[in-house]
Amino acid sequence: MTPDERYQVQIENIFEGPMDLLVHLIKKHEVDIYDIPIALITEQYLEYIEWMKAMNIDVAGDFLVLASTLTQIKSRMLLPAHEDEDEDEDPRLEIIRPLEEYLRIKSAAEKLAKRDLLGEDTFVRSPGQEDDLLNREEGVIDVGLFELIDAFQKILENISPIGRIEINADTITVRDRIVQIVDVFETKGSVTFNELFSKNADKSEVVVTFLAILEMVRLSLIRIVQHTHTGIIRLFYL
Amino acid sequence: MEEIKNIIESLLLVAGEPLTIDHINKILTQAGKKEIRNALSELSKEYELRKGGFFLREVAGGYQIRTRPEYREWIKRLIQPKALRLSKAALETLAIIAYKQPIIRSDIEHVRGVNCGGILRMLLERRLIRILGKKEIPGRPLIYATTKQFLEVFDLKDLKDLPTPEEIITLGEASSEHME
Repeated sequence: MTPDERYQVQIENIFEGPMDLLVHLIKKHEVDIYDIPIALITEQYLEYIEWMKAMNIDVAGDFLVLASTLTQIKSRMLLPAHEDEDEDEDPRLEIIRPLEEYLRIKSAAEKLAKRDLLGEDTFVRSPGQEDDLLNREEGVIDVGLFELIDAFQKILENISPIGRIEINADTITVRDRIVQIVDVFETKGSVTFNELFSKNADKSEVVVTFLAILEMVRLSLIRIVQHTHTGIIRLFYL
Repeated sequence: MEEIKNIIESLLLVAGEPLTIDHINKILTQAGKKEIRNALSELSKEYELRKGGFFLREVAGGYQIRTRPEYREWIKRLIQPKALRLSKAALETLAIIAYKQPIIRSDIEHVRGVNCGGILRMLLERRLIRILGKKEIPGRPLIYATTKQFLEVFDLKDLKDLPTPEEIITLGEASSEHME
C-alpha cells in the first residue's frame, strides 16, 4: 500500500468513526462479514490508526475502543478450540453483531436520504414559505446584529443637534411605534431601514424605532435583509 | 360528494400543515370520516390522472398537497428553502433514533461507535427529534424520539412507513446461511 492510498482513505473515514473504518476495510478486502479474517483486519485497522496519529489527526477514543475489541477477538481466536465446538461461540460474533446492526442503519439512512424530501425535492404551498420568496437576482443576505448596529449609529450621527436636550415624558412607546411601523408595512410591504427614521427625529424617537424593529424581528413580524452590493438594509413584512 | 371533495381540496390548498381526517371532519361536520377518506382518495386519483405539478401525499398522519419532485429545480429558482442538507453522520444518527425510539444517547452512540452530542443538538434544533423524558436509570439519561416534523420532511405516513432496512448488504461474499 502506498502512503498516498492510505492518506486518501483516512480523510474519508476520519469524520465518520471506527465502524466506518471497519466497514471500509471489509469492503476493501472483499471479505465476508460472517467470516472476517480477524488477524488481517485488526492489523490493518491498527495501521490506519497509526497513520492517523502520524498525520496529527486526533484519534478519538472511540477508535481505540474498537481497536481493543478487535485485538481481544484476535487473541481469543488464537486459543485452541474446544472439542465440542457448538458450545463455543465464535469470538468474532462480538464484532459481527454490531457490524450487522451498523450496516442495517447505514442502509436505512441511505434509503431515508433517497426519499422525496420536503424542502429539497417536494414543496408545499404554505404561508410560512413566503419569507423565502425573494428575488434572487437582488442578491440579499440576512443582516447580522453588527450591521444593524452600524446602521443605527449612522442614523444617530445624523440627528440634528437641536432636538437633543429635550426629554419629553410623552414620547412614543415601543409598542406604539410598532403599530405605526406596521401601518407603513401594510401600505408598502417593505421599506428600507433608513426610511423608518425621519430626518428630524430626536434621539429618543430613533432609539424607540430601533427597539421596535428589534422587537418586530423577535416576534417574526418582519424579516431584515441587506443588499450585497448596495448595502441597503430592507425590511420585509411577513 | 363532488362538493365535499371541492371543500376538502380548498382546505388542503390553504392549510400550512398536513390535514388529518379528524381535522377535516371537525370543519366539515356534515360529512362522515369515510366520505372524507373517499373524497381524499378521489382527489389523489384525479391528481395522478392529471399528472400536473402537484400531488396529494399522505404524511405525518395527514394529507398534504405537495409539488412533484420532478419540478424541484424550478421551485428552487423561485424560493430559497431552508437548507436541509444532513451529513451522513447526522442521517445515520437520525435513522438510529427513528428505528429504535425511544432511545437514550449511549445506545445511539453504541451503534455508530462515536460520540454524537453535537449531532443530537443539531437534530433537536431542526426539530427532527425531541426529548421524550428521562430514563429512570442511574444518571437519568435523556430519551430521544423523532418528531412529526421528521415524518413531514421524510415524506412518511407514520413510523410504520419507515423503509425496511436491508437485512444485510453483501460487502464481500456474505453467505446467506448466516442471515438472521
